[in-house]
Amino acid sequence: MPVCAICIWGRIMTEPLLSLKSVVAGYGRTQILNGISLDIAAGERLALIGRNGMGKTTLLATIMGLTQLHSGSVTLNGAAIGAMPTHRRAGLGLGLVPQTRDIFKSLTVEENIIAGLRGDATLEEAYALFPRLKERRRNGGGQLSGGEQQMLAIARTLMGRPSLLMLDEPLEGLAPVICEMLMGVFERLAADGRTTIILVEQHAEMAVAFADRVVILDTGKIAYQGSRAEVQADPAILDRFVGVGLSAA
Amino acid sequence: MMRALFTLGPYAGLIAAAIAAYYLFPSNLGFVTTVVVAMIFVLSLDLVMGVAGISTLGHAALYGTGAYAAAIFATLVSADPLLGLAVGAGAGAAIAFVSGLFLMRAQGLTLLMLSIAVTEVLSSLANKYSGLTGGADGLSFTPGALFGRFEFDFYGQLGYIYAVCVFLVVFGMLRIVVASPFGLTARGIKESPARMRAIGTPVYWRLVSVYTFAGAIAGLAGALGAQSTALVSLNVYDFQRSAEAVIMLIIGGTGRLWGAVIGTIVFMTVHQVAASADPFNWLFVIGALVLAVVYIVPAGLLGLPEMVKKLTGGAR
Repeated sequence: MPVCAICIWGRIMTEPLLSLKSVVAGYGRTQILNGISLDIAAGERLALIGRNGMGKTTLLATIMGLTQLHSGSVTLNGAAIGAMPTHRRAGLGLGLVPQTRDIFKSLTVEENIIAGLRGDATLEEAYALFPRLKERRRNGGGQLSGGEQQMLAIARTLMGRPSLLMLDEPLEGLAPVICEMLMGVFERLAADGRTTIILVEQHAEMAVAFADRVVILDTGKIAYQGSRAEVQADPAILDRFVGVGLSAA
Repeated sequence: MMRALFTLGPYAGLIAAAIAAYYLFPSNLGFVTTVVVAMIFVLSLDLVMGVAGISTLGHAALYGTGAYAAAIFATLVSADPLLGLAVGAGAGAAIAFVSGLFLMRAQGLTLLMLSIAVTEVLSSLANKYSGLTGGADGLSFTPGALFGRFEFDFYGQLGYIYAVCVFLVVFGMLRIVVASPFGLTARGIKESPARMRAIGTPVYWRLVSVYTFAGAIAGLAGALGAQSTALVSLNVYDFQRSAEAVIMLIIGGTGRLWGAVIGTIVFMTVHQVAASADPFNWLFVIGALVLAVVYIVPAGLLGLPEMVKKLTGGAR
């Protein structure tokens, strides 16, 4: 069940899991994010939405250390990670499922998962979450359907035991039945309270319905943030920033 | 059962081929031993280039260092061949680690140039310290008896058996390493270093580790080569050695180890036959072979059955 907005703000006020302060970042000299400040509480579900090119993917990449941080700070559990290499951030509990999925095509499904195994994570956990992957475990990464590739990308990231899971448009181009199944998986992951989730999604209604809090990006800045209930109560918010109206809940 | 058969079958085939070569070419065992040594060297290159995607034209640096280390060790310390192999492998690993620390920070053309530069530096050092290495005259030595009991014979019979045994051990070990999580992450790095970083792999150090491990294998090949000829000269650092190893790998097919084996056998056999037939124009044949493989079977000879299967399937 989504947690109430007051509870989330209460948790953030005590100790945010992830904190971004005036983050300016981009690719090389190109600046994409223009001063983002955002706190995310442990166990929170955050929907990050916005039109194409507004900086959603760049924000996730910046948290993961895949872009150049021009100024500002990024802290995880109070420790500055802004200058930390990507692999160490992953070791600290950040996990990113990229929009491109980045399946290793020359490896089998099982080998892809093994490549992501860390600590006490096991293959069986991945197969329990996505039984379809077990059936396809001997197939090459390049032989999978889009939905299977997405399952594999998520499973591989989860094998790193992330405390903050960032999902970049995981439903893009997938059949409705697969989208529903994946949203069910995200619900289960979030429900155990150990995994904080940032969901970037073009399916705004789905993202909002999943989240505790909604953040809308516009030209590299936070244009709006509010609780799920607030966004659902005012369809004009999404209509204004994303061009999608929501039917009032 | 079937799986075990598929796994062990190729090894049985290799052993059978090695036994057949022993009886088919009794007067050419020296050449066949050279092929076996080259196979180990190209296997090492496959780990670096085919598995981890590290571009190099300086693999001879690791081979040559192993060869010199084994020869110097045999001259100054002990002529025991197995100890010499260990020393060669250690020297290859050491030079790979040291050079890898800066090589693995480079990519593409820069990496290629730097890898060549490392080989040239080592070649110059070997020439400069001729008191130790023999310089341009080379360093000859006599390998001791294997296990303190079996002397290397004039016909190269023991040398051949010894080389084949070392090859089988190296090949088996590499198969395990490539299929291990260590090998899988190396293959992942070849496909997407950024993704491997994002799932927590320290890409730079993993590449240094792969290069160091490959250095041990190449050094071991160098030591074995030195022991089989009882001579090391500056040509162990020749650019040609590195370049030919790349060609052998391309002919056989990269990243699957078997390609290194097949490519080496085909290249060296064609080389031997063509050079015997026409000592001046044999490179034409090699060039034609490489062109044919690259254009007709881009995946190397190892990809031939798959290509034939596709073609015959398409004809139906």
